[in-house]
Amino acid sequence: MMDGTSATAATTTGYNFAYLDEQTKRMIRRAILKAVAVPGYQVPFASREMPLPYGWGTGGIQVTASIIGQADVLKVIDQGADDTTNAVSIRKFFGRTTGVATTERTIEATIVQTRHRVPETKLRDDQIIVYQVPVPEPLRWLEPREAETRKMHALSEYGPMHVKLYEDIARYGRVTTAYDYPVMVDGRYLMRPSPIPKFDNPKLDMCPALQLFGAGREKRIYAVPPYTSVKSLDFEDHPFTIESWDEACAICGSTESFLDEVITDDKGGRMFVCSDTDYCGERRKESGDEPA
Amino acid sequence: MAQIFATESLAPGFADPVHDSQASFRAALAAFARPGRIERVPVSPGIAAPGSLGRAATAFALALLDLDTPLWLSPSMSGAAGYLRFHCGCPVVAEPRKASFAIAGGDVPALDGFDLGTDEFPDRTTTLIICVESLRTGGAVTLSGPGIQETASLSIEGLPAGFWQQRVELQAMFPRGVDIVFACGDELAALPRSTRIKEA
Repeated sequence: MMDGTSATAATTTGYNFAYLDEQTKRMIRRAILKAVAVPGYQVPFASREMPLPYGWGTGGIQVTASIIGQADVLKVIDQGADDTTNAVSIRKFFGRTTGVATTERTIEATIVQTRHRVPETKLRDDQIIVYQVPVPEPLRWLEPREAETRKMHALSEYGPMHVKLYEDIARYGRVTTAYDYPVMVDGRYLMRPSPIPKFDNPKLDMCPALQLFGAGREKRIYAVPPYTSVKSLDFEDHPFTIESWDEACAICGSTESFLDEVITDDKGGRMFVCSDTDYCGERRKESGDEPA
Repeated sequence: MAQIFATESLAPGFADPVHDSQASFRAALAAFARPGRIERVPVSPGIAAPGSLGRAATAFALALLDLDTPLWLSPSMSGAAGYLRFHCGCPVVAEPRKASFAIAGGDVPALDGFDLGTDEFPDRTTTLIICVESLRTGGAVTLSGPGIQETASLSIEGLPAGFWQQRVELQAMFPRGVDIVFACGDELAALPRSTRIKEA
């Protein structure tokens, strides 16, 4: 076992490996293969009730449960952090139902399940990243009818989304969408990258890792295979841009990572720190600034 | 039922259904994610290949088929029907178009005879497993598209004449199409419909 991973001591008895029954896993596995074969297309699947509420990553968990094996090393992040409630619960869930090793280090993981961030550390082609998705349909707020959005995808009819972005520019001078920024996958399907900040969108493009997306409540699975073109929608005269900060991370000093603003007191005190806790910690270790 | 047990159709399935299924699926997933790359299926030692089915194709079927997946077998693969019915519980259908999975050998029929799905539901299509005589990287057919950094290439023996031409014609129908798995011995490679091919 590599440094930084931890084996889970006690696995819960009475459940199948990774909680789901085998027939459910087969159904999800078939959906995943179809999702990979048609990049960006949302494959309907028979999402199960999971022992945690919708909105807590039930889609991502079902995808992870269907792909994970005994040799895998699992990392779970919530907004970039390994130690927040959602990440800790899901990591414990898989620890108890599979007994696989878990890690907080991106480079040690074979599977990274994420809520709303892509790690700052570049992913490799032997890794799989699983996104938790609340609303998979990019056109849903423009067209509420599923039959219509399905037809729009079939015809590649994505004009309304361009109009929406254009209206932003006409009103505010720029596209105001800051997260869940729509992308085109392999030039064919419009896709929601899940509510990651648009800062992370460029990481999806030609990513060496396989990217799987699971939406439990909405019962959809979709995928972006490795080395696949993922382009954020934009206009020639209003090219896509990502967020930038005037500050550096107050802990590790990074000027390249996505920063969270943290309020420190009730007198207006605040600091900016890396959202990716593993990236921040590794930078401190490298600089010898690690606390004992 | 007693006579089933007396025939070869009782060749064993996975020794450890949970973990063998998972490992076989992950090999298939890796193959789908990187078209043209050959993956070795870590099949358990006891697994036997019924009829003309290789071990990789058998493991793929055991991992993914069940009562929800109508299966079509080409004449050269019909010997595996009893085995797959017993272990997977899948219905075996007579028409390729009605199958969600199909297994064929060198006698693979016209590709447009399978279920190609619809533009609205391109996921509802046949996945075709072809058991081939040899499977190597490099050579005759160049692949590009999602999952491939620049290009990949495959050299396959045991396909009918005109197979690649048919596959090229299907590309224009994307997102409709057939996802193909080539299996040979313990190895498999995938050719999902998103892959664009060029014959040398």
